[in-house]
Amino acid sequence: MTAKDHREDHPPDMDDAAPGEEAVNSREPAGGLRGYVIGFGLAILLTAASFAVVQTDLVYPPAVISALVVLAIGQMGVHLVFFLHLTTGPDNTNNAVALAFGVFVVVLVVLGSIWIMSHLNHNMMPMHQMSRAGG
Amino acid sequence: MSGTSATGSLPSDISARSSEQDPYRVGRHDGHGHRHGSMGHGEGGPASRYVTVTYGFWMFLLSDIIMFSAFFAGYAVLSGATAGGPAARELFELPRVALQTGLLLTSSFTCGLGSLASHRRDMVWTQIWLLVTGLLGAGFLALEMQEFAVMVADSAGPTRSAFLSSFFALVGCHGLHVGLGLLWLGTMMAQIWVKGFRDDILRRLHCFNLFWHALDIVWIAIFNLVYLLGASA
Repeated sequence: MTAKDHREDHPPDMDDAAPGEEAVNSREPAGGLRGYVIGFGLAILLTAASFAVVQTDLVYPPAVISALVVLAIGQMGVHLVFFLHLTTGPDNTNNAVALAFGVFVVVLVVLGSIWIMSHLNHNMMPMHQMSRAGG
Repeated sequence: MSGTSATGSLPSDISARSSEQDPYRVGRHDGHGHRHGSMGHGEGGPASRYVTVTYGFWMFLLSDIIMFSAFFAGYAVLSGATAGGPAARELFELPRVALQTGLLLTSSFTCGLGSLASHRRDMVWTQIWLLVTGLLGAGFLALEMQEFAVMVADSAGPTRSAFLSSFFALVGCHGLHVGLGLLWLGTMMAQIWVKGFRDDILRRLHCFNLFWHALDIVWIAIFNLVYLLGASA
């Protein structure tokens, strides 16, 4: 029996999905060709929005960084759902939990570094004073 | 892999043949034609090979992203340390970044179309979409190399300041991943061509798809938080 025959004979495994698996998610809006087209369209929109935030005066300048962070997170979400087919459905639990832990570590590393290093910079003696103190 | 539902615990399509060939399989058949629907309760056994292989690769991708986060943290901390040299605002050219983003985003889309074609076992379209993906990726890489060459020629190379060291490390690491991805892509095209849509080849192709989409996710962070933020600051 070839893999193709098997695929047509039996329904897909509904208890577990591999990351990015098409078959299980094909019933959902994020599956199949339609999912890729929707995801591509949303990603283009979000990318255009990011460039518009920087190249026009639409956003209050001190808020540009927040707007970019939010748009970046939104676009990553679009990629995860529509391209990597990662949902929070019961068949995707393992993949989603692994992603949650990955996000946790990433946030810890990035925000922790920025936080600690900004405090260190704040407590550091300015460069010209240091050279004077050293003689 | 867990799962509490007792319905439809059949092997996933791609793993079907390899599982039947494995005499030591603990899995979801009991050897007498009965299927156990009790995964996670000691009888069902491990998940299909397709699920476990891809899950393992997903673990690799997440750890790769965590490695990138360390480079991002380094860049975020050092982005102001220009040591009197050129700052982000003077160096970054947004039209090129927009073009790079378009190329990589479109290549992610065509990569997905190639995956759909491989599910239909359509050799011609699988190869075409993979080739388009590779060409778009190569275009992205060429633009990045051109950018690096221009910066080094303008004495804004990685040795100029801590800001530029962290910039070249972060963006160069992503470029290195894209370059390795192109090598993998060429290998996959050759393997599909020679060996056909075999189960193991399809698993590899699926892992490649995940890798390529993950690279696009890292690029989203780079173009938003490095280029656009740097150009606006």
